[in-house]
This record gives sequence, C-alpha cells and structure tokens, in this order.
Amino acid sequence: MKKRSKAVRYNKWGYIFLIPFFLVYIVFQLIPLFTTIYNSFFENYRSGLTQIGPNFVGLENYKTLFSGGDIWQYAKNTMVMWLMCFIPQILLSLILGAWFSDVRLRLKGSRFFKTAIYLPNLIMASAFSMLFFTLFSEGGPINSLLLQIGLIDEPFKFFSHVWSSRSLIAFMNLLMWFGNTTILLMAGMMGIDTSLFEAAEVDGATSTQTFFKITLPLLRPILVYVMVTSLIGGLQMFDVPQILTDGSGEPMRSTMTLIMFLNKHLYSKNYGMAGALSVILFIITAILSLVVFKVTGNDKRKA
Amino acid sequence: MRKKLLSSLLALTMVVTMFAGCGGGSGTQTSGDSQAPSTTSAEKQEEVAATAEEGKVLNIYCWNEEFKSRVTAHYPGYSEVDATHGKIGDIDVVWNITPNKDNAYQNNLDETLLKQDSAAADDKIDIFLVEADYALKYVDTPYTMAVSDLGITDADLANQFQYTKDVVTDSNGVLKGLSWQGCPGALFYNREVAKEVLGTDDPAEVQKYLSDWDTFNKTAETMKAAGYYMTATVNDTYRTYSNNVSSKWVVDGKVVIDDNIMKWVEDSKKLVDGKMTGTADLWSDDWSAGFYPDGKVFCYFGPAWFINFSMAADVEGSIGYNGGWAATEGPQGFFWGGTWICAATGTDNVETIKDIMLKLTTDESIMKEIVVQDDDFVNNKPAMEAMAADTSYSSKVLGGQNPLAMYCAGAGKIDLSNLSAYDQGCNEEFQKAMKNYFEGNATLDEALDIFYKAVTEKYPDLSY
Amino acid sequence: MKKENGLKQGLGIHTRRTIAYVTLTIITFFCLFWFYVLFINATRSNGELQSGFTFIPSSHLLENWENLVTGTIPVWSGLINSLIVSTCSAALSVYFSTMTAYAIHAYDFKFKQQIFAFILMIMMIPTQVTALGFIKLVSNLKLEDSFIPLIVPTIAAPITFFYMKQYMDSTLPLSLIEAARIDGSGEIRTFNSIVLPLMKPAIAVQAIFTFVSSWNNYFTPALILHDEKKKTLPILIAQLRSADWLKFDMGQVYVMIAFSIFPIIIVYLLLSKHIVAGVALGSVKG
Repeated sequence: MKKRSKAVRYNKWGYIFLIPFFLVYIVFQLIPLFTTIYNSFFENYRSGLTQIGPNFVGLENYKTLFSGGDIWQYAKNTMVMWLMCFIPQILLSLILGAWFSDVRLRLKGSRFFKTAIYLPNLIMASAFSMLFFTLFSEGGPINSLLLQIGLIDEPFKFFSHVWSSRSLIAFMNLLMWFGNTTILLMAGMMGIDTSLFEAAEVDGATSTQTFFKITLPLLRPILVYVMVTSLIGGLQMFDVPQILTDGSGEPMRSTMTLIMFLNKHLYSKNYGMAGALSVILFIITAILSLVVFKVTGNDKRKA
Repeated sequence: MRKKLLSSLLALTMVVTMFAGCGGGSGTQTSGDSQAPSTTSAEKQEEVAATAEEGKVLNIYCWNEEFKSRVTAHYPGYSEVDATHGKIGDIDVVWNITPNKDNAYQNNLDETLLKQDSAAADDKIDIFLVEADYALKYVDTPYTMAVSDLGITDADLANQFQYTKDVVTDSNGVLKGLSWQGCPGALFYNREVAKEVLGTDDPAEVQKYLSDWDTFNKTAETMKAAGYYMTATVNDTYRTYSNNVSSKWVVDGKVVIDDNIMKWVEDSKKLVDGKMTGTADLWSDDWSAGFYPDGKVFCYFGPAWFINFSMAADVEGSIGYNGGWAATEGPQGFFWGGTWICAATGTDNVETIKDIMLKLTTDESIMKEIVVQDDDFVNNKPAMEAMAADTSYSSKVLGGQNPLAMYCAGAGKIDLSNLSAYDQGCNEEFQKAMKNYFEGNATLDEALDIFYKAVTEKYPDLSY
Repeated sequence: MKKENGLKQGLGIHTRRTIAYVTLTIITFFCLFWFYVLFINATRSNGELQSGFTFIPSSHLLENWENLVTGTIPVWSGLINSLIVSTCSAALSVYFSTMTAYAIHAYDFKFKQQIFAFILMIMMIPTQVTALGFIKLVSNLKLEDSFIPLIVPTIAAPITFFYMKQYMDSTLPLSLIEAARIDGSGEIRTFNSIVLPLMKPAIAVQAIFTFVSSWNNYFTPALILHDEKKKTLPILIAQLRSADWLKFDMGQVYVMIAFSIFPIIIVYLLLSKHIVAGVALGSVKG
C-alpha cells in the first residue's frame, strides 16, 4: 500500500515533465491545425489583395482534388522518388553502420569517414542545387566528361527527361540524408553493450551472424524510427524537387510531389484547397506509418 | 529528409499567414468590407496629413538596396543612420527589405498592406516598390494612392516615358506610381559573327536581317548553317513577343493566350527543332555561355543595364570585354526591368513622398546625376536625348557605338496598355509549360493543359 | 543485402577491409566533392562564373570577400544572429524532447498510451499545415523582429521526441532510475544528472540535426525578421542573390555561402565527438 502511493507520487512527475511540450505545442501548432481542418470545407483564397470567402462549400475542395486524378500522379511521383532515395540510403547506412561497429574489422580512420558522410547535409538545399545545376548543365563538366569518353554524342539535358530528373532529385536527397540516417543508426549501435559483441566473438560467431542476431534486433527501435521518419519525410519531400525544377515539377509534372502541389495552392493563400490536401496527406501518412509500425512489430504498449 | 525537411517546409509553406485569421470568426472579418481601406477614410487621412504635421516615421518596403542607394546618393537631405535606417529632417526613414526569393517580398507586403488600416501611424507603410510584372496587383486596388492625390500634376511628369506610366495606371486610368528608370531594350549581336555570316556589322545593315520575326527566323537558319545559334535560349525572345500583345492575359476572368504569344511558341518550336536555339533558363550557365565566343550565340535581347553589367564585360576573353557587341532595334520593341515607387494609402508622410517622387523621377539635374554616377537609363526624355546627342559618349562594350538614341526611340514606341494583374504568374507558368513542348516531352495541347492547370492553381479565380 | 553478406562470409578479414576502404573512399569523395566545388566558385568573379564551371580555382577569393564585408550586407551580425537562434533552438529542443520522452518512458500514469499515440499522430501531420497560422500568430503576439518565434516552438518537436523515446527503449533501463530513487535522488535531479548524461549520443545527434536545420532555415525567419540587424545568414544570402543588376555578384554569393557553412562544420565536429564517444555507454547497461 505504501509502495503504491509512492509510485503514484512519482508518476505525477510524468505529467509535470509533459507540460512544456504540450504548452508550446498547443500555443504554436494545435490551434492552426484545427483551423486547417476547418478551412478545408471552405472556399477561401486570395486574388491579388482581395480576399475571396470563406464560403462554406462542404466537400467541394476534396471533390476538386480527386476529380482531376492528378493527385494520384503526384502521390506516385512522391513515392517513386522516395523509394529511389530510401532503398539505397537504408542499405548504405546499414552497411556503413555494420562496418563502423564491427569490432573485428577495426577500420582505421573511421572517425574521419563518420564525420565526412554527414557533411553534405550542412549545405543549404538551395546552395546545393546551385552546384547541381552548374555541374549538370548542358555545357557543364558532367556533360563534357560523358562526351569525352564517348558515351553520348551531344549534351544530355538532365532536367528535361523524366527519369534523369527523378534520379538527380533522388541522388541529391540521398547525398544530403544518408549521413543523417547513418548517424542515427550508429548512435543506436553505440548504445549496444560492447560485451555482447565480445561474447559473440568468443562464441565464434561470424560478423554476419553478429549483425543479424545481435545488432539488428537491438537496433529495432531506432530502425523503426528511421523507417517511420523517412516515410514521413519522404511523403513531405519538397525542397529539393522544388528548387531543382523551380516549382514546376518538370518535365510534365513528373517530379511534382504532394507538398509541391500543396505549395502551389499556398501561393494564392488558397486555404480551402491547401487544407483539404493537408487532411488527405495526413490520412495517407497515418495509414502508411501504421503499416510500418505493424510490420516492424514495434509494440508501443510495451513501454 | 526529416528534420531539415520539417523546417524547410515549415518555412516555405509559411508562404504566409492568415490561416488562423482566415478561419472562423476572424476570417469573416477580413473577408468583409473591412478588408480594403475605404477611400473615404483615406481621403480624410490625406487631408489631415496635408495640413497637419508629417508623420515621424517613413516606412519603405522593398526587396533590395537599389532604391536605398539612389535615395542615399541623390535625395538631398537624406542622411544614413545605419543599413536600414536614415533621416530626412526630423523624419526617421525605416527600410524594410525582404528578398523577393520565393515570393517573400510580396507575401510580406500583402500582409502588411492588409493590416494598414488598423496599424499605428508609425507602423503604416508609406512607400513600397513594385516591378512591372505584378504592379497592377497593387496599383489596381485602393491600397495604392493616386499620384495626383500626392499633389503631383501631369505637367510634372511630362518628360517621363509613356510606357513607365502605363505600367502603374489602374483600370480607371489613374496613375498610381512613378519610376526613375527607363529600361527600353535592344537586340545585341556579335559583330564578328555578323561580319562572317552576314558580311557586315553595321547596325543599320544588320537590322535588315532582323526587322521582323519572319526575317529573324530566316536569319536564324543562315546562322545555323554557319554553325551559330541565333539566340542562347527560346526565353530570350519571349519578353519581346509578350510586350507586343494585342490583348491582356486575362479578359473577364478567362485566361486568353494572345496571338503574338502563340507566334512565339510556333517560332520557338521551329528554332528548337532546328537546333537554332536552346531551352535553358535565363541566367543559367547554358544561357550565359554565349557571353563568350565559344558559346557561338549570335544575339541577345536586353536593356541598357544588361549590356553594361550583366554580360561579363569585365572578364577577359568575353565578347563584351573586346567590344564585340553591337546594338540594333530588332524585330519588335520591348522593355526589361525597372522599379516603380508607390505611395501606400494611409500614409502620414504625403509631403515627403511627393518630394521624393518629384526629386528622383522628375528633377532633371538629379536624373542626369543618376545617369552619370549609376549608369542608369533614366525616365527623363530631355536628359536621355541630350546624352544620345552627345557624340563624346560611346559604349566600349558595343565597340564604340552610342546606343542611347536607339533606346530613346524604343522607349517611345513601347505600348503597355495590355497589362493585367496576373502577368507575373501567366508569363512564368507559360514559359515553364512550353518548355515541355519544345523539348518534345509533350504535344502542344498537353503543354497548354499544364499551363492552364498551373495558372488556375495560382489564381483560383481564373478559368479557361 | 543478405546475399552480399553471405558472400562476405567467405571472404577473409583483409578482403573485407579492402572492400570497406574502397567503398568508404568513394562515398567520402562524393561527400566532400561539393565543398571543393563551392570553394572553386567562391574564388571566381561574377563574370567568370557565367562562363561555366572549371575545376581550377581563380584568384578572386579575397576580392569577393572584401566586396562582401565592405558591402551593405551585415555579415557579422548575421553570423551572430544565426548562432544565437540555432544554439538556443538546439538546446531547448533536445532538452525538452528528452524530458517529454522521459515522462513517457519512465512513468506510469493515466492516458499515457493515449498521449504517446497523440504525439506520434501529430508527428505525421505535414508540418507546413500548422505553420500556416504561425505567422499570423506571430504578428498577433507582436513578435516580429524577435527570435522568440524561431526558438521557443522547437520545444515541441515530435520527431526529436520520438527519437529520444526510441533511444531510451533500447538503452535506458528503468532499474537505473529505481536505483537512483533508492539513493534518495529527486526526480528532476535524476533526470538532469543521470538520464541526460546517459542520453549523450542521442542528444548530440538531435542537437546537430536541430542546429543545422535551424541554421539553414530561410522561410520562417524571412517572414519574421525585417530589421537588418536581426537577420540570419540565409536571409542575407537570399538578399544578396536578389541584388539589383548593378550589385549582382555571384562571386560574393558563393563566398557568403562558404562563410556560412564554416560555423556549422565546427559545431558538427564538436558534437560528433560525443556520438563517437558514446561507445563507452554500453558498459552501464544492465
């Protein structure tokens, strides 16, 4: 009886520790969030300096979004470019993580490598894309290189073809974010008791066995985190394609992502359409995230 | 793709505001009659302002430091305090500079103008600057004051080029802004190439090969045969076609593509297919490659500032460095650039604004000073004509030619009566959409579809 | 993946090491290459930049730099502002996210699962959606030209929270907290002096991420900060890029970009030590 009341006394600290988060969240985000949902049922935009609406239109905004069918195209673009970036990224990060944490491999200079991989993330996306443009322009060094080794006969317009544009966007995202993922995984691996690895080595386990039997299972919470946040980040993919295509999603909107589409509506402060699109995006994200949680078996009730 | 994303998104998307404000009760408020400052209250304010003392603070909204440096250097009585503050007599001048990247300038200006009515006198915008492409968005609203209400008369403005007034004249014919610049354009061609291919580099002779679009395109084929591109990209000629339209982009809420713009599409498609020009964006590396002989580009379209400052004339080996360009009128007249000064309704500094406008855009001696010190082409016919007649003036970049007479003539010919408030979006989206057609990624109809889609996303009140 | 590893099983340690080194070298090249390109561009004049890219540095680095610092852009105050905003954001974000995660991880209380699920849910909401009303709010609270709206909201960072929570799941045993309580440590002290040090690698990771994203953030600051003395580096870079034709100089832009990257590299190098040093942590695990 005494023990229980003591536990209760401790547990009130749970609430206390939550206060800052919720206070800030409610003030800065929750209220605008509700207005978003609310706005999705209204015609509400700006034409120049003239405000149109808000006029209640029911589900009209949702209907408009789905009627063109374009939204599926943008959803597909987003997923395709995300997968093109995510799959190589997670594989690369796992391999690098495994190498860095492998006690037998004893890589020299691993500190240097670990440091180097995150560096691209430090460059602003807009600055990064300026460099990309310079390198991949028709008269740029990549084209001259390809011309010289005879792979192509005339300059290739990288941003004028669907797959080269998508690949470049995925590549740039990959460069910017794989270091980030690797660091997350590495930090997770660092937390694993090294004695477990030593014991495994004594028992004669191979590196592969150690990785799959010890590292991966212990890393699961972090892996789930990486997958879920990558998915969320992927669905919200925006800055790289936005800047590289100047917001147009060229060619023929094949690189237009959902958030770029959302951003188009924000130009006219079209809160009705933007709100509806946001709600749809939220539903898609929630469903996909639930799938990831289920598949990876991350039981949050365990905590 | 995660944290970064969050923040950059957070960011980008705040392409502003009003979410909270537009929803619910407060929203109805903004949407109602209160959203535009009523003219009566504005008038009242003016009367008050004209008679009463001037406000203590002059707030100027702009996107770069150009106007600030003009005021600092040429407006008598302005003294700089620091980078964003200055003094005119007792009045504090506050520069509110927001870069125009990602529309940040207009977003900021929009929000502040919409609050103008309720803002404290010292927080109200007094002066804001606009560019031609979106001038009407502001000018054609009660948020901008008529120049005549400031006490500036038509006689004061007699020496300005007409097109600079067209840009800032609202749908009722009321003039609501002024500019100190004129930016009439010309066609700049490579003298060497002209001599080699056309047998002459004399502007009058070369003009015969470029006198209208059909002749221009024929010359393009000659250039192609000799191994030269006519222009660096299709977007070089766009401005010239689009300045010479016979209808507005938007008529009665419908998007209308003018014949001259469709002619640009037709002509450009042929040029691209015949490899006589490229599809790169302006200001890209592929576009500016033609500033050097290796780029093999015959001509560019641009105003005076373009040839003076943007064509790498200061770099050894560039065509401009060797005085290798020459200017001629080209197929049609056009302008490129320019900044207009507008007074915001509700300002309490009417007299100061009037004086700034008059001094900087009509005072002949100040304008001459601007020409001499800043190499600007100013919005003052006598000043420019005097310079044009001056035989001692010649442009090094243009191999000793004095192009000013040509600019002056060009400036007089520009007719901008067909501007609309939607020009910025329409022009941008049209060029982007057509790129798909030029590059063979879409049929003309598909590309037009993309254009209509993009434009109605930007301007939901339009249809097609 | 499996196949690759299966293959490696048969390989000797030396071969594997060689493969690792070669791969790492290639990857490192791709990562560092951009800094070289940036450096080259920073050494070139505006006119040279227009002539296309070359791999040979030019001689205008100092000239570009001098033009930049003698120009009207307040480079140094921009640097200090960026440092203030990013440092405070990173500190507040990781501290309070860890605290929030600890609340969920270490205590049992009513609605705990619901609260956890709620935070996960809001993590999935596209951020820009709530961001829309943000500026309006800022202007209503008269917080323009203030750093508060850039710093304080980072306290509620669901993604950082989620990471901290996941990290605690895999490395922070509850028995440790029990032990501290038995020793008579108060809850706040336990959190500050026992939990926080144990979370060091995670804190370093998230601090870097928050710092970098805050450092490179353009749009929120661009709409909130208008006073030249309050502006952060990305706004100033954008301002430099939208300069009028008389002053437009890409050489200066590249120098400024390079200049604004230096401090984050230093911060990153400092923090990354903690990530690497986190190895020792394993020993405390029960």
